[in-house]
Order: sequence, then structure tokens, then C-alpha cells
Amino acid sequence: MEMLAKRIVAALDIKKGRVVKGIQFKNLRDAGDPVELAKEYESAGIDELVFLDITASQENRNILLDLVKRVSREVFIPFTVGGGIKTVEGVRGLARNGADKVFMNTAAVENPDLVRKSADVLGRANLVVAIDGKKADGGWRVHTHGGTKPRSVSVVDWARRVEELGAGEILLTSMETDGTRTGFDLELTSAVADAVNIPVIASGGAGEPQHFEQAFRAGASAGLAASIFHYGDYSVAEVKNFLLERGTNVRREQGNY
Amino acid sequence: MIAIVDLGIGNFASVKKALDGNVTVNPDVVKGADKIVLPGVGNFGEVAKKLKPLRETILRKIEAGTPFLGICLGMHLLFPSSSEGGGEGLGVLAGDVSGLPREASPHIGWNQVFPAREDPLLSDLEPGSFFYFVHSYYPNPEDESVVTGKTEYETAGGIKSFPATVRRENVFGVQFHPEKSSKKGLKILENFKQL
Repeated sequence: MEMLAKRIVAALDIKKGRVVKGIQFKNLRDAGDPVELAKEYESAGIDELVFLDITASQENRNILLDLVKRVSREVFIPFTVGGGIKTVEGVRGLARNGADKVFMNTAAVENPDLVRKSADVLGRANLVVAIDGKKADGGWRVHTHGGTKPRSVSVVDWARRVEELGAGEILLTSMETDGTRTGFDLELTSAVADAVNIPVIASGGAGEPQHFEQAFRAGASAGLAASIFHYGDYSVAEVKNFLLERGTNVRREQGNY
Repeated sequence: MIAIVDLGIGNFASVKKALDGNVTVNPDVVKGADKIVLPGVGNFGEVAKKLKPLRETILRKIEAGTPFLGICLGMHLLFPSSSEGGGEGLGVLAGDVSGLPREASPHIGWNQVFPAREDPLLSDLEPGSFFYFVHSYYPNPEDESVVTGKTEYETAGGIKSFPATVRRENVFGVQFHPEKSSKKGLKILENFKQL
């Protein structure tokens, strides 16, 4: 059995300091408050949280920094923050306010040097490069600007390159499976996981507990999901219990089982 | 009062909240502290440089018996040197700090800690409890008896282990991040607080 537990990661989309997608968790006083939701996720047993800021103006940047500060005070699991980061100063600001890891997507493609510099600032383990990929020419092509802009580089080449530049992890989203709840893109996940040594977080398409198992078998170190948990289809415990029964090493409350 | 020494670029709000301590770089605050925590994010060489003005104060406190907890890089700084970068650690534990093998580095994520020796920091925690790790280097104490907990990792040559927790008298070090390890991690910090 692998020693490091496979991680179940929940993603929260943030707009002006509030959670965007509808949430159906019970016991929440304010379902739009990212801190409340993050705390709920922590007690539900999630391993990690990713906050994606979908607003990028300066005014909203300060709201985001304030949110990061609040999360770091109230939440005792690692969390990654990204969205609209363009400068090393932006990276530093998030880290200073308490983000454990920072992720970048478009800015990394437009300015690969930013990856190297950010890895120096954060330590490479704490820098995540997010890659959005879509099928093209028998492979996958990188898309930026929230998936709207196709780039010339292939996902596999770009993944190798960001590893060289200093990325500590890759957050890999398949534009084909994202939002479908029909399972992660296993072909893409395994192509990237085979190409790099750093951990790959599979994203896009989780709808059932077995989807996580499939992604881990394809080589992912973590599976990221949003709607499967947000809409209450499955609890984190249900997903983890399923994985444990199937022999996958996931973090559990008791040391031995 | 618990002094949380802030030398990195990180933000130690979660450590502060969990321990109800004071985040500081002021030698006078450290001098007056009942307990000292050195959380660490960054590079050994850089942080060792920033530690310089506080070095003597911390060493004197440790000598006087003040409980000291080094977290992650803060644990590495208990040793005199590291292959991560030049610079002088506190040197209160003999040994050095090495890089994990390429295939196991960085070691990121939740892994289990198995107790090796009695350690009050691990009290009331089941053997094999999960904690959150983010590191590429690990300590090699000269004296094996300071290792109180171990974590296994995979290498090309099979399964190996590194010290996850170390202790010598009032000096404690943890390789993982208790402040990021949910309930189990908070229990470690609570145990430190109760010393």
C-alpha cells in the first residue's frame, strides 16, 4: 500500500468573498460564507480545500486577502488559493495572509518565469499550477482564461515544463468531463501522471465514489470535487469509506483499521 | 505566554489561534515566554539567517528548560546544518538534515506517524494517526534515542522511514504541520500547551 494517503479535495468558487455555487449542507448558518463552509468540510473529513477566486479586480483582491486571513484562523487543514494571480507580489500576498499553497493557471502560461519565481518564494511544494485541457490532435491542448482560449502547447508538454520550472503539484482539469458528474478524464489523468513526478490532482467530473478510485488508479494523488459534496449527493465519509473498502489508503480518524 | 517566532514568509494565524500565543520576532518577548514555538516555512539557509538575531536568546531559553517546539523547518533548525542551504541552525540536536530521494520528494500530503518512544506530545493519539506533511528534507539525528515517532515513505529501493517527531528533554520537533492536521494536530498543540 502506498504510504501517503490519497487526498479528497473540495473546491469552492469564490466571488467577492462569497461562495458562488449553491450549497445544500445542513447546519450552516450562512451557506454563502466560505469560512463556515470550509469549517463544515473540515469536520466532514475533507483532506484539503481549494478556493478559486473568479473575480480579479483590485477591490476584490482585498476582499480575497481578508477571506484568506479568516480561513487561516478558523480552518486547520491545508488550503490552496488561486484565480487571477499575475505577479510574485500577488503570490506573496496570499501566502502572507495564510494561504498554504497558491495556484496559477493563465499567468503561468503567459509568463512561465512567474512559476519559477513563485516556487522560489513559496517553496516548490507549495506552488500548484492548474492546467485546463481539452482534446485536440490526438492529444490534449492547454486552454487558458477560464477555458476560453486554446493555446498551442499540449497538456503533457506543459505539465513537464511546469515541473521543470518548479511547480510542486498539478491541478489538472478536463474540460470534457468538467461539470458532467460522469467521472474524471482517466485518459488525460494518466497521460499527465505518467509524464511527471509531482502529484497530480484530478479535477472535473466526479459524481460517484468510484470515480475517485478510478482517478487514483490512473495515477492521480488527489481527486478534486465540488458538486458531489456541495449538493449532498455523497458525504466525504461515504466516499472515504467506499475507498477504504476497496483498499485505497485515505486519511481516517482512527490510525489503524 | 507562548511565543511563536515568525521568521518565514508564511502566516501563522492557525498556530496562533490553536496555541493562543503571540507571533513575534522581538527578542524581549521571546525572553519572557513560558514556551517557544518555531514554525517554519521557507528555505533553511534563508530562515537560519533571519534566526541569527534571536539565536542566543532562544538557546539560553532552551538551556533554562523552556519547552520549545520546532515545526517542519523549525524542527530542521534544531540541527546545526542542512543540505538544503548554508547557514547555522540552533544545533541543540546533533546530526544534520538531508534531502528526500528524488522519487519521494516533495513529500506532500497526509501520512501516518508511528510512535517509537515515549513523547508527551503524542499522548492520547492512536499509533498511526494521520498528519499533514509538506517537505523535501528530513532530519538525521546522530542520537537515535531522540526519535519519538516515525513516518514511512516509498523510495525506489523500498519503504524507508524518517523521524516525524523528535524530543530531547524540553526540546520537541515535528516534521508535519500540526496546525494543518485537523483534530489530531490540534491535540499535539494542546499537549504542548499542557506541558
